[in-house]
This record gives sequence, structure tokens and C-alpha cells, in this order.
Amino acid sequence: MSFSANEREPLLVTHRITKSFGATHALRGVSLQAFGGETLAIIGENGAGKSTLMKILAGAHRPDSGHLQWNGKLFQPARPSDARRAGIAMIYQELNLAADLSVEDNVMLGRERSRFGIVRTIEQRASVRRALGLLGHADLNPQRRVGSLSIGVQQVVEIARALVSDARIMIFDEPTSSLSRSDVQHLFAMIKRLQERGLAILYISHFLEEIREIASRVVVLRDGQSVHEGTISEVSDEQIVSLMVGRSVGKLFPKIDHTIGESALSVDRLAGTKKPSNVSIELRRGEIFGLFGLIGAGRTETLRCLFGLDRIERGHVLLNGRFPAANPRARMAAGFGLVSEDRKSEGLAQKLSIADNLTLSAISRYSVAGLLKLKRRRLEVKKWMDRLSIKAIGPEQTIGELSGGNQQKVAIARVLHQDATVLLMDEPTRGIDVGTKAEIYRLMGELASEGKCILFVSSYLPELLAVCDTVGVMSRGQLREVRPAENWTEGEVLSVAIATEDTKQHVKEKV
Amino acid sequence: MSPVSTDTINEREGMQRGWKLWSERLGPLLALVLVTIGFAVADQIWGQGRFIEIRNVRVILVFTAPVAVAALGMTLIIMTGGIDLSAGTSSMLCATILACTMNADFPVTVAVLAAVGTGGLCGLLNGLFIGVLRLPPFIVTLGSMTIFLGMAKHLANSSTVFVDRERIPEWLSKFTSTAPPHWSGWLPNIPSGVWFALAIAVAVAILLSLTVFGRHVLAVGSSEATARLCGVNVFTTKLVVYALAGVLFGIAGLYSFSLLRMANPGEGIGKELKFIAAVVIGGGSLSGGRGSVLGTLAGATIMGVISSGCDQLGVANATQDIMIGVIIISAVSIDQLRQRRRE
Repeated sequence: MSFSANEREPLLVTHRITKSFGATHALRGVSLQAFGGETLAIIGENGAGKSTLMKILAGAHRPDSGHLQWNGKLFQPARPSDARRAGIAMIYQELNLAADLSVEDNVMLGRERSRFGIVRTIEQRASVRRALGLLGHADLNPQRRVGSLSIGVQQVVEIARALVSDARIMIFDEPTSSLSRSDVQHLFAMIKRLQERGLAILYISHFLEEIREIASRVVVLRDGQSVHEGTISEVSDEQIVSLMVGRSVGKLFPKIDHTIGESALSVDRLAGTKKPSNVSIELRRGEIFGLFGLIGAGRTETLRCLFGLDRIERGHVLLNGRFPAANPRARMAAGFGLVSEDRKSEGLAQKLSIADNLTLSAISRYSVAGLLKLKRRRLEVKKWMDRLSIKAIGPEQTIGELSGGNQQKVAIARVLHQDATVLLMDEPTRGIDVGTKAEIYRLMGELASEGKCILFVSSYLPELLAVCDTVGVMSRGQLREVRPAENWTEGEVLSVAIATEDTKQHVKEKV
Repeated sequence: MSPVSTDTINEREGMQRGWKLWSERLGPLLALVLVTIGFAVADQIWGQGRFIEIRNVRVILVFTAPVAVAALGMTLIIMTGGIDLSAGTSSMLCATILACTMNADFPVTVAVLAAVGTGGLCGLLNGLFIGVLRLPPFIVTLGSMTIFLGMAKHLANSSTVFVDRERIPEWLSKFTSTAPPHWSGWLPNIPSGVWFALAIAVAVAILLSLTVFGRHVLAVGSSEATARLCGVNVFTTKLVVYALAGVLFGIAGLYSFSLLRMANPGEGIGKELKFIAAVVIGGGSLSGGRGSVLGTLAGATIMGVISSGCDQLGVANATQDIMIGVIIISAVSIDQLRQRRRE
């Protein structure tokens, strides 16, 4: 704990906040202090509790225990408008702007100044101009349509909106993930100006170098707890990383022996429209290849390019000795199978039955003389339901009625049913109970022992390091480094993942 | 296909679910029975008791058949999550083409093929615009609705195209005939058009439930992203659906010509709403993925029964409109309530 800022009163204090959703403990005790005129960075892995904490500060959730203090007084926001009125403003990763309205209408939205129902345009424009000027964007025309502005400038509008509402603390959630390098510099300049005006800034990110540049103090979250709070110059990058990781791998991961054979898939300098920008992978039969990266690193996009769902700009994909055309049909015929990360809206058709979902990708198999042999299909579906122990009333039950784990098993069963030899699995264990997770790891091992190969994308490092033979780390659209799983430590993976081009060398030397 | 598997959990639960599923499917049919009984009773009390006479039943069936055929096409479209507002005017464009080619002394088979083919082309055009330009179906067909109307008016010189009685072959005028005799031996004398409509219904039902294409339609309607993920060609599927539906709208035009022996382009305006209503009353969901042949048939017949029953009872046309509106809204609300309870 740092005492350097102790002479001043903290603007916002959270004291041992906890919050659970059902059986998951999202927060297990988070304490932090934010001071006016200072930027406090909050850092943690995906799922460490950052977004839950923010929602509590914004009044969207109420803590189960612990309390908030605002300006020295107990603070219990019941709904987002309470927090807003108190002066807490959120700048979300996804901007909340009305694209068809002008800059000034967006800034004043919800707090229009009017007399007898008529908007007082001139008065409004003056305050919009003042806010934009403060942010160093006096040249921005308040009458421009927001949809015509770049993402970076849209963010300015969003910040101006917070400023006009007399915010005293601004919370930035991963604000740079969709910004270009120069926009990031502009953003940092703006944050510094806000700081000079006495605002407190909470800056949430997992980019170490950004945090060092903008923040003076840091709070590290891990598994829903604040494990460190202090001045940022007093801790090294390695210390922060080990604070972020600091947990042990349990016996959750059944090991199934499998041998690695000849090459099955070779991807050469693959690039999509935005992401990935450069990915080369070699996958051999019976190999489980883990792909790690932070959100936005381009892992999902890589899988989608491989499967022919996203456009490929450059690069070659050689699969089982063929260069299949870039559409899902051809890629499936060549042996690819994709388990989507978005189970609800893409992975499965929620209104359709288990049987329909499971067989959709290879339904023509059951067509004899134009008519479907439904009995034969039914038997086949039941076989798969047994093999993966899918708990359901029967093949005709609607997917939407199953639990998340069983739904995921159906999605995996579909890929197996279509005889895929290279499985692209995007976060296959997300939102699934621990027992089913172990079942899926076991299944992956079995598939590898049958000679199939698996490209396994996950944000959960322990499972990647335990289940995979090889692990590659992506950041900002590129596959940075590939090593056998046993040659990685969690800390090393993480430092590669948070490194950018500029800092990669630097971090490497330190590790 | 047996409706449920019973060995994974327990038999009773499986049976209950199977029954629930069926009661859901039979809902629109039940509504049809209730409406029919209601009108029959009312007619016995206040009317002349002619509602359930075989003569009137024939009239109802003949006037329902074209609506049912077109509504089956609309069912396919709505199941993919689309809509076709041009269905009414395109079917009258087909009728106009039929009348014009007959007047120009083409053989009847050529005239019929031209008419039905035009329907298919209209659908193909809609499908192409929706698929290639990625425009919402509502907008595309809103535009093509007036395009088809204008084309038909051109052909008809902005009036009605009459065809001389002797030019019309016997089979085409008998297609929708309600003339006596009302019985042929033991069986009621149902005109060929009604049988044809039933045959189309069976074909569409088989297409939807027993073919690869049918599964693709269902998949596209429930989740386009999932369909794409599974290698379904979403574009082609939609294209075929719109073209196929267009053919059915063309056949509906055939019925309307057979009934009136003339073609009036303006008559198509507003008909599409009737087709959509039949689908919706039959349990189809405008957000896609849901709809059934049986339901749509029931929906079309319910509307036929209401308008005939009201005629028999001497209820004003205006009141009929209100009744059909009430039926649409209640059908959908009952469906929504049931869905919500399931969740």
C-alpha cells in the first residue's frame, strides 16, 4: 500500500467489495482508492473481475458486501443514473453514440437545455465548444454527424459528453483497443488535461506499457481480488505479471497419451482484412496447438479466416495436401471443423433440435433419392449423444433448453459428425462448469490420439498450458512466438501477449 | 418420425413433451374447428342454415385454395426470416400474362407456362436483389410490388383483360368451378383446383420436413450465422425459396383468372397481406425459423370461413375486416403467451 497520496482525501474508495453471480465469485474483496488529479490503473487478466468492478462503480450492479465511499460519504448507487448524477462517468470500450446525430446533439443527449420545450441551441453549442476546447479539439465542428467521424474522434465526443455532465471521475475501459497509435497519443494528452482539472481517472487495461505511460498508481486484480495497490514506478513488469498470474494448476486436466505424426495443416503468413496481420502455423496429426492472446489479439479472426468465414487478404492455407477455396463449404470438405466462440447466436441455432444442429453440416449424408432418412439420422445422433454423454430428453429436444455445457457438447459433436480432421475450437470451455470442462479436455486428448489435430483458442492460460502440446501467443494480429507447452511459463506467455512491437524486445530481455 | 425419444430420461416426460408439441401444431386447426362450429351454430339460429350446406362448403374451398397456395409460398419465405410484399401484384401480373397470351392465340399450355414462369422470374428477381445487394426483403419487395403492378398495367392497358369464353379450355374453367352438381355419386364434387392445392401442400410439407433443402431453409431462418458456419449456402437457399414461392404466386394467379375469366392488375394490391395473415394465423413467426404447412392451410381456411360465414349471416364487409384483424392479433398473442410460458 502506498502512503504517498495520503495527505489528500480520496475521491472514491471501495472497501472489500464482493459480488457473486450464482456459483461464480466475480469479486472476492476489492479495495482501492482513487484521488482527484491522478490516474489509477487497474490491471488484470480476462475474467479477473475488472468489468464487474466497473459495473458496480457505475451503479449497474450492487455489491453483495463491502461498501463504496464517494467524497468521504457512504455511497450506494441503486441504478446507473445515481452514479452519473454523483459525477461518475464511464467511457466504455464500445462507444455509446447515436451515429445519425450531430456532435453537439450527442454531447447534450439526455441533458438538453431548453426553455418551454424548445432546445436552447446557442447556449448548448457554447458549452459543447467549451468541452471540446478543453479536450484540445476546438476545431471539431459541433454540427458534424458523429457517424462520419473516425473512432478516435468519436471517443472525444464520448469524453466531452462526460465532461459536460460535470463528471468528477472518469473510468476508461480498455480505451485503446480499437485506436491507432496516434489516436492513443491524443487520448493520453486528453487524459492528462482532465487530470490537471482535478478529475480522478480510472484506467483499465492489460497493456503494461500504456499503464506505465499514463498512470501513477496501479491496482492488480486477480481472481476477483485486489492483490496489489501501489505506485507504479515501484514495481517491475515481471512483478506485475506474476501478481496477475499467481495461481497453481490443479488436477483438472486429464492427460491422454497421444503421438504426433506428420504435418496436416500448414498456414503461411495468413492475413485478413484487419486481423490477423501475419500468422504462420504448422499443425501435425495428433497435435493440440494452443493459441493464446488477449481479447482483440486476433485469435478468433484467425480461426474464421482459416475456416473461410472471413476474407483472406494474403497467405496460404495448405490442408491435407490441398489448398481449399476460401468458403466454409470447401474448407469443411477439406477437413476443417469450427466450434464457434459465440455458442448462442452463431455456434448453434437455438430454435432447432439437437438432431438438426448436430447434423446440419453433413445433412446430405442422410438423403437417399432426395428424401432424408430420418430414422437413420436419429440413430446416428443418439450414438453421438451417448459418446459425448449429452444429457437431454432426446434428439428432438430444442437446443435452447439445454445447459451451456450440453450445448457445447452438441457443437463439438457436430464437428466430429462431419468427420473433421482439423478442429478449430474457439473458447470451447467458456461459461461451462468444471466437470464438463474436464470432459472436454479428455475428449480433446482422445481425438488427438485418433490422429486428429486441434487448434485450441483460449483466454484461460492454465488449461492451454496443461492440455496443449504446443502453445503460440498472439498479440495485435500477429503470432509472436511458438514453443512446446512445457517450455512456457504463465508469466512468459503473458509478457509476450501484452507486448507490442515497440516493447517486445524490451520485455523479452527482462524475462 | 416418432416425436420424442423416451429412453434417455423417462418415458412419461417424453410423452408429455410429445403431446405438448402436437397440441402446439394443432392449435390453428383447433381454431379452425371452433370458428366453423361457431358460424354453423350462429347460422342455424339467426341465418338460413345454409352455411354448412355442401354448396357453401365448395364455395369456401374454392375461394380458399388460391390464398392457401400463395400462403404456402409465403410460408417458405417467412420461414427463412424474409417477407414478400410483391406476392399480390406478382400473382396478378401472372394472371394478366395468362389472359394476354390466350388472347394472342397462343396454345393454352404455353400461356400457363408463361404465367407460372413469370411468377418464378419475379421471385428470382426479388431473391437476387435481396442476396446480391444485401437489402432487407421488406424494402426490395416493397419496390418490386409497384414494379410488377406497373408491368401488369402496361400489358393490360391500365384496364381489365377479358378473355372470350370459347378461348378458355374446359379444364381451366372447371378448375375452380362451384356449379352443380354438388355431389358426384357418394362423394362431394370437389373441383380439381382444390385437389391441386392439397397436392401442393403435401409437396411443400415433404420439401420442408424430408429434404436437405428443407433443413437448410429452417436453419437459415433460425440462425443465418449458424447456417453459414455449417456450410449452408445461404444465398442460394434464399434465392431458391423466393423463386419457388414466386411459382406458387403464379399458380395463385392462375386460380384467380379461372375464377373470374379475366385479369385485373389492380386486384393484386393488398392480397399479399392476406397471404401473410394466413401464415401468421397458422403459427408462422415473422422473425423466421417457425411455420408449418398445416398451420398455414388452417390459417387460410379460417379467413375463408369467416368471410363466407359473415356473408351468410348478412354481416357487413366492414365487420368482416375487423374480425379478421382481431383473429390475427389474438392468434399471435396466444402464440406469444405460450412461448413465454415455455421459457
